[in-house]
Amino acid sequence: MIEKTGVPTPEDLARVFPPKERLQKGPVAVVECFQRIPCNPCYTACKRGAIQEFKDINDLPKIDFEICNGCGLCISKCPGLAVFIVDETYSEKEALIKLPFEFLPLPEKGEEVDALNRKGEVMGKAEVVKVQNGRYEDKTPVIFILVPKKLSMEVRNIRLRRNSYEQ
Amino acid sequence: MRIKEHPILTFKIGRRVEFSFDGKKMWGYEGEPISAALHANGVRVLRRSIKLGRPRGFYCAIGNCSSCLMKVNGEPNVKVCVEKLEEGMVVETQKGKGDLSTAKVNPISGESSDIKKTDIAVIGGGPAGLSAAISANQMGAKVTLLDRNSKIGGQLIKQTHMFFGSEKQYASIRGIDIADVLADELDKEKTDIVLDATVLGYYREDSVLGIEQNNKFIKIKPEKIIVATGASEKVLSFPNNDLPGIYGAGAAQTLMNEHGVAPGDNVLMVGAGNIGLIVSYQLMQAGINVKVIIDAAPEIGGYWVHASKVRRLGVSIYTSYTVKKAYGKENLERVTIWQLDENWQPIKGTEMDLDVDVACIAVGLSPLAELLWQAGCQMRYIPEFGGHTPLRNEDMQTTAKGIYVAGDVAGVEEASSAMVEGSLAGLCAAKSLGYDNGRFKELREEAINQLKDLRSGPVSEGIRKGLKQLIEQTPLDVYYLTG
Repeated sequence: MIEKTGVPTPEDLARVFPPKERLQKGPVAVVECFQRIPCNPCYTACKRGAIQEFKDINDLPKIDFEICNGCGLCISKCPGLAVFIVDETYSEKEALIKLPFEFLPLPEKGEEVDALNRKGEVMGKAEVVKVQNGRYEDKTPVIFILVPKKLSMEVRNIRLRRNSYEQ
Repeated sequence: MRIKEHPILTFKIGRRVEFSFDGKKMWGYEGEPISAALHANGVRVLRRSIKLGRPRGFYCAIGNCSSCLMKVNGEPNVKVCVEKLEEGMVVETQKGKGDLSTAKVNPISGESSDIKKTDIAVIGGGPAGLSAAISANQMGAKVTLLDRNSKIGGQLIKQTHMFFGSEKQYASIRGIDIADVLADELDKEKTDIVLDATVLGYYREDSVLGIEQNNKFIKIKPEKIIVATGASEKVLSFPNNDLPGIYGAGAAQTLMNEHGVAPGDNVLMVGAGNIGLIVSYQLMQAGINVKVIIDAAPEIGGYWVHASKVRRLGVSIYTSYTVKKAYGKENLERVTIWQLDENWQPIKGTEMDLDVDVACIAVGLSPLAELLWQAGCQMRYIPEFGGHTPLRNEDMQTTAKGIYVAGDVAGVEEASSAMVEGSLAGLCAAKSLGYDNGRFKELREEAINQLKDLRSGPVSEGIRKGLKQLIEQTPLDVYYLTG
């Protein structure tokens, strides 16, 4: 279906999600890359060797979830913006998601924003806890947001509630 | 209409200057294309069609299609999508073919005997041409790099997204930055960069290139030529497809990413290949609303990660949909789309009206191969490569002796493979002249392997099919043309 809609199916996602037990241990990368295309920067970006070397540049990324510590260095290096970090251990009720966001204005720390799913539908609200936008990110800022734990595998984008173009 | 802030780009603007359009005073920035200044002033109708007087705007925005001809300072048939704005310019809507008898035209002048010699002439300074020059320099050859634009980089200079591939093809770096990386790698002592220079023709008998630069005719006699002229955007046929506001997707990208002018407010994207998906995302980054992306094919042609990026923004993608008709008096106002059945036939009753002021056409590119035709290269129609493509061997040597090709003109593909093809052509052209820094064999092999790797996946099935046809049909003796 993703080939018609651009939205991965639950079956597609099941193939890339880390196991439940791993999610309970702390932050980890979720690489939502489902198509064999010639691309390997996630492998070169990973300093821990958690993303295995590509035998064929068209291979899908293979992650060793035990080695991945959710550092997020791969987020802003993925040309497809397909990497997200999920930390379900952040607090009792909330999960932390780190996602790429190449739009203006950038949210601010503490700002309440709309939490969007893979179709751009509003799932609820999220709180921005950090905006990482340095040299390394190179204009692909990484936004850290808190969402209710049950939405940790649904929310993949944000929308600001203010609109700069009207200001 | 000017883009005020952008997450990736900062726009370098020139001095504010006054010009006139059909007698009305307007403002623009010195050095930007006249069409960009007009667009920012809300003017999209640039001329009237010759027979029916229909309104016409630009289509390609990079000097290919001639849809934007206007009268500038009394001279008709000026391509305003590339002609730079100057203080006090008198710009007029062109009606008909333009009258040369009363026009103030500066004829091209030239010194007939002066012929400049060079080892290798590279035509086109995009990713393929730049890579070709770099590799030829590396081997020791002198290069004359010709480009009709005022800066090198080709279409890289509007690609704000990160590239795919591996580190060898600058993966994860934005196209705009790759242009700078490649320009830095050029050996300035071995490469003569000739800008604002349009190659008008190749004279086989004398192996001379005729070039127009700033209204002067110059001649270059190279030992070898690498043609890296790129490709142009295709059009789609539907009623009123000539309405101003219906632009090539790359044209919209040029306008917003290079010149900082928004093509409009609400956009229909026609085509869900990589260009359609990427430009949709970039329109949204520039604060422009993309209403929907449609594609006649039953499946998304571009990379799924690009599709997912726009879907997360709330933009829908309708596969098996095409344009029925466009509407508007002087400018595009509305488009009707409808669904196609499994035989690609429209289904009555599925029509949907979209209020859009821009429709971007992203239905593929075709090689800009005029020079190759004129030089007598054998060409074949290869649909997978976007049109007529030159026969060539593994070293990018065409059937015309001494003429190599690289990049989209050799078959429309990704920029990553264009760069590798460029390197390969540069290496082989230099080697055929006897230049070798000792690493030719190794570098040639590496380039061939990189191309193999990039083209080995399922998304490159069409490319492999096209290549097979080309290589199979290339006469055997071409294989002995490279040294």
